[in-house]
Amino acid sequence: MQAVFLRLTEAFLVNNVRLFVLTLVFAIPLGLLISMGSMSRVKPLAWLIKTFVWIIRGTPLMLQILIIYFGPGLMEMAFHWPRGSAGRMVAAVVAFALNYACYFSEIYRGGIQGIPPGQKEAGEVLGMTRGQIFFKVTLLQLVKRILPPMGNEIITLVKDTALANYISVIDVIMTAKEYTSAGLIWPLFATAIYFLAFVGILTLLFGWAEKKLSYFK
Amino acid sequence: MPVLEVSHIEKHFGATRVLEDISFTLEEGQALAIIGSSGSGKTTLLRCLNFLERPDQGTIRVRGETLFDAADPATQRESEVRKKRLHFGMVFQSFNLFPQYTARKNITLASELLAQERPDFKRDKRRILEEIGDNACRLLDQMGLADRADHYPHQLSGGQQQRVAIARALALKPDILCFDEPTSALDPELTGEVLKVIRTLAEQNTTMVIVTHEMAFARDVADQVMFMDGGVIVEQGDPTQVIEHPREERTRQFLSRYAEN
Repeated sequence: MQAVFLRLTEAFLVNNVRLFVLTLVFAIPLGLLISMGSMSRVKPLAWLIKTFVWIIRGTPLMLQILIIYFGPGLMEMAFHWPRGSAGRMVAAVVAFALNYACYFSEIYRGGIQGIPPGQKEAGEVLGMTRGQIFFKVTLLQLVKRILPPMGNEIITLVKDTALANYISVIDVIMTAKEYTSAGLIWPLFATAIYFLAFVGILTLLFGWAEKKLSYFK
Repeated sequence: MPVLEVSHIEKHFGATRVLEDISFTLEEGQALAIIGSSGSGKTTLLRCLNFLERPDQGTIRVRGETLFDAADPATQRESEVRKKRLHFGMVFQSFNLFPQYTARKNITLASELLAQERPDFKRDKRRILEEIGDNACRLLDQMGLADRADHYPHQLSGGQQQRVAIARALALKPDILCFDEPTSALDPELTGEVLKVIRTLAEQNTTMVIVTHEMAFARDVADQVMFMDGGVIVEQGDPTQVIEHPREERTRQFLSRYAEN
């Protein structure tokens, strides 16, 4: 039993958690770029970005993972993913980051547009630069606004990491499934503990952050 | 020489002409009150002075320096506009305080950011920041809010918030302080404390442009009153004359409608 837990823990940390962390690292800033693009005054750019967001949000993440991983090879592109499990992980991160960046971008857009225009104007008449207005005035208000919906998406991401199984990133569930052929069902139940614990920690973290930012309205 | 010279300002929103050939001057230490019904263009005029709107035509000069000339794109460059704005202070109808900062920090923030651009900032950082802090304390004191320095905006009443906003605008020592209906968002019992502060500023000869619906206040405090309607200046002059003995029919109509309400 100890050996099983050891394998499950390793699979969870090396695959699920790694994919989770790398997705956030790339999707959080990328989402900001996409949201800026979708609000751009350059209409063709905004239109292009919005179409991209529609396609990504409108199709299953599973399909995107498969196309991104197998696409380059099957379409005989010059580009191909690195060999082995490292290459599969890179492809998964790309697919997840693109997908989640699109969802994040909509959350950011809602947050940015929800901040009263008077905040920006107050900064402007006080002689602040655009950068100063963003970092010193808007950003913290934005973070406060988007925290609850971001918490929701990020919790979904924890569980979505299992989708990387489709390109043989052997995550904790796939690892547990191997034991069913030996007649063991409990490892599958055990995987739930990993997800519950991780989501539990994230829930506490978001609750703490929301409380930290409750000093202003 | 007047502090402020506005000449032939025109502004359209799409096909709608909001301001039409607006010209006026303001002398140092004088207060100009702008009255008129909503949609008359008075707020847009104030926003043009603060570069929140860009006039389609006309010039704005402060102390002889051309800050804005619709015919000269060089005067509209982003980097320069930022500095030119500092000739004007702006107090908004809805205060627009930064909610995540205390009253004191709301007042010091812009000064601190501007100070970072000074060549001697690194060397004299402590002294400069101390001066900015002292200035904020003095302003809060002047607004009767010395004991509210560490409160966040949501912990303050509307009248207190607006007084912090006035202090914030004063902190940058503008040549001309603009008020956009500073008491319109306040409960009636809170307007008095804000008007009192503005009255004191007028007594100290602060150069001000005040868009207001408070006729009695305009008459008592302003040195000049301007009545706007449909994007044009209908009548301008001595407060008692404009408000009590208007020459123009449109002014009379506006004031009588106002008295009825």
